[in-house]
Amino acid sequence: MSGDIQSFFKTPSSPGLSGIRAWLFTTDHKRIGLMYMAAIIFWFVLAVLFGLAVRTELMTMGKTIMSADIYNSMFTLHGVIMIFLFVIPGIPAIFGNFMLPIQIGADDVFFPKINLLSWYLFMTGGLMAVASLFSGGFPDTGWTFYVPFSVSAKSNVSLTVMAAFVLGMSSMLTGLNFITTIHRMRAEGMGWMQIPLFTWSLYATSWVQLLATPVVSITLVLVVVERMFGIGLFDPDKGGDPLLYQHLFWMYSHPAVYIMILPGMGVISEIIPVFSRKSIFGYKAIVYSSMAIAIAGSLVWAHHMYTSGMSDVAVFVFSLLTFLVAIPSAVKVFSWISTMYKGSIQMAPPLLYSLCFIYLFSVGGLTGLVLGAAGTNIHVHDTHFVVSHFHFVMFGGTGFSFFAALHFWWPKMFGIMYDFKRAYIAAILTTTGFMLHFIPMFVLGLQGMPRRYHDYLPRYETGNFFAGIGGYLLAAGILFMFFNLLSSFKKKDIAVSDPWGGTTLEWSVPSPPPLHNFVEAPVIKSFPYDFKDVLKKFKLKND
Amino acid sequence: MYTKMDTKKDTKKDKTGIKIGMWLFLYSEIILFGGLFVLYAVYFSRYTSEFIEGGRALDRMIGTINTVILLASSFTVAASITAVRRKNIKAASGFLIFSIFCGVVFLVNKYFEWGHKFHENIYPNSDKLVDGPPGINIFFGMYYIITGLHGLHIIAGTVLLSISTYMVVKRKINEDSYAMLDNSALYWHLVDLIWIFVFPLFYLVL
Repeated sequence: MSGDIQSFFKTPSSPGLSGIRAWLFTTDHKRIGLMYMAAIIFWFVLAVLFGLAVRTELMTMGKTIMSADIYNSMFTLHGVIMIFLFVIPGIPAIFGNFMLPIQIGADDVFFPKINLLSWYLFMTGGLMAVASLFSGGFPDTGWTFYVPFSVSAKSNVSLTVMAAFVLGMSSMLTGLNFITTIHRMRAEGMGWMQIPLFTWSLYATSWVQLLATPVVSITLVLVVVERMFGIGLFDPDKGGDPLLYQHLFWMYSHPAVYIMILPGMGVISEIIPVFSRKSIFGYKAIVYSSMAIAIAGSLVWAHHMYTSGMSDVAVFVFSLLTFLVAIPSAVKVFSWISTMYKGSIQMAPPLLYSLCFIYLFSVGGLTGLVLGAAGTNIHVHDTHFVVSHFHFVMFGGTGFSFFAALHFWWPKMFGIMYDFKRAYIAAILTTTGFMLHFIPMFVLGLQGMPRRYHDYLPRYETGNFFAGIGGYLLAAGILFMFFNLLSSFKKKDIAVSDPWGGTTLEWSVPSPPPLHNFVEAPVIKSFPYDFKDVLKKFKLKND
Repeated sequence: MYTKMDTKKDTKKDKTGIKIGMWLFLYSEIILFGGLFVLYAVYFSRYTSEFIEGGRALDRMIGTINTVILLASSFTVAASITAVRRKNIKAASGFLIFSIFCGVVFLVNKYFEWGHKFHENIYPNSDKLVDGPPGINIFFGMYYIITGLHGLHIIAGTVLLSISTYMVVKRKINEDSYAMLDNSALYWHLVDLIWIFVFPLFYLVL
């Protein structure tokens, strides 16, 4: 805080609001981002605990700590909460809300009130999900809500499904807001090729959110309608076709995995050049590959259904399209690695998390090809191989980029710096735990251990036991990371406006930013990743 | 204390931006119905003859009347915008009230149409449908879901138009600022447009 400029923490968005009301009625994108952060991290920790319970149950054969019914609800809750309340909204709702307007030189998003509405919808959806637990028993359908079980199950599936519907609306409105903001609010001089890559990735993500979410909305509505009226659209007895549910579900839910991963890729594209002190390699290639992933990713949904019953031609086409998506993803990995090549790399916690991301995401991506190939898929379909693959992509990918973003933008959001040494320990602990947790699952999957089973054969016990130990290490690493971040509030190690040497606009404003973000009119560079000035500045410091 | 430089941009005056947001929303609505039309297409190809039989059982007259009603209301909604721009409040509110009236008549027609079918023991999970040929059950299932969801949209549209009418009378919508009316009108046109697809699929082509 310098001179008469107050940070947004001290300036409510409409004068006169104070205390909790300054948060609950705010239209400031930064406050809304932080409100999302509080809620999302709560859900994340809760779902981590559910996941840990599931893995503890599987550590030994037979019943370890819970019955099969509770086990079914546990993995359902773990999946539903992680997917709908953490992975999908995580990066866009927190960091997107906070950073996107600043990165394009705007004072807020285009529809600030709709932004607040999205937050309330998000909270409503979360509360509905909780309420569904306490009315009519835990839902135990898995996060995919497959028919016929979701229609015939006695537990309160309707409320859980409606929760997902409301969360979908929240996500759609956020997407709508971001697209309009990027189109209409860019500062003068910022053309499309001057937009920072994180914002670009959010633009691609927002389109997928708008394109795909309504399909799952209508599908979930149909599940509720079926439960209420029993029309039989998915019931073969009444002329319906259960496979159509799977098609409609994955028509959204496969693109949804790109909603989950694209913002993470955007974060990494911001972090790597900053700590390499070198312009990003292939800016345009990254931009176009984001859009290519968004488009191609919408056409691959049926690769979840190779064993469900489809014509050979359809299997072939979907397999081919799935392979095509690997290309733009690999372009990005190549660009990140090339950015570091011959750069003057400075190690910092965000970079360490990003490096872990690149490694884990690559493993996840390559095993995705094993699943995308029709032949090998038949062997590993619905086994622990799948579980391991998507955790490598969703957690090793999105989760780690979320952690990287937390460490990268933490000083900007709160104006304080955390302890580096502890952050490194947390990162290494998390990564080690992660590998010990999920690599045994690849092996178990190849040996044929199915997913979602409460019990297993004796020969799978060793692998499951070690996976459980890894799970505990992983959880310990995450908790230690949060502990370290939170203890920075106590130490109050003040961060400067640009602690890393970043080139995008958020590093040109004070930390934390003032209410309307900019103190003076933003200066737009003709290329957002030009490190000439940064190098000069840091050279002077060292001399 | 205020910041040194106030970069606050008044987004309420950016009509293009507001339009972009609205169009994106309308787009998501179309995808919502798109999912149902996909189901319709798949089941139509599987149960073609039953769909034809089911379509013949619907009352083409009521369908046609409802189409005319919606088209007329779309025209009057558009006319109300022109009237607001010409500062003619009386005409604007008159056009809007007529449009709302059309929406209500549409729903009343729908009520009688559905009621008639219920009377014939044709409703979701009725004995007649469950024990009859599966294709007929699916046809009427699709019919109730699609027209039902469309009906909900008609209700939402009339609510929006009613709010707009109130705002026109209170002069909150005027020749300088009519984004609310504009967007309500766009929404109403969308509801109309979806009906233009629903009508032939259930009443005409079969």
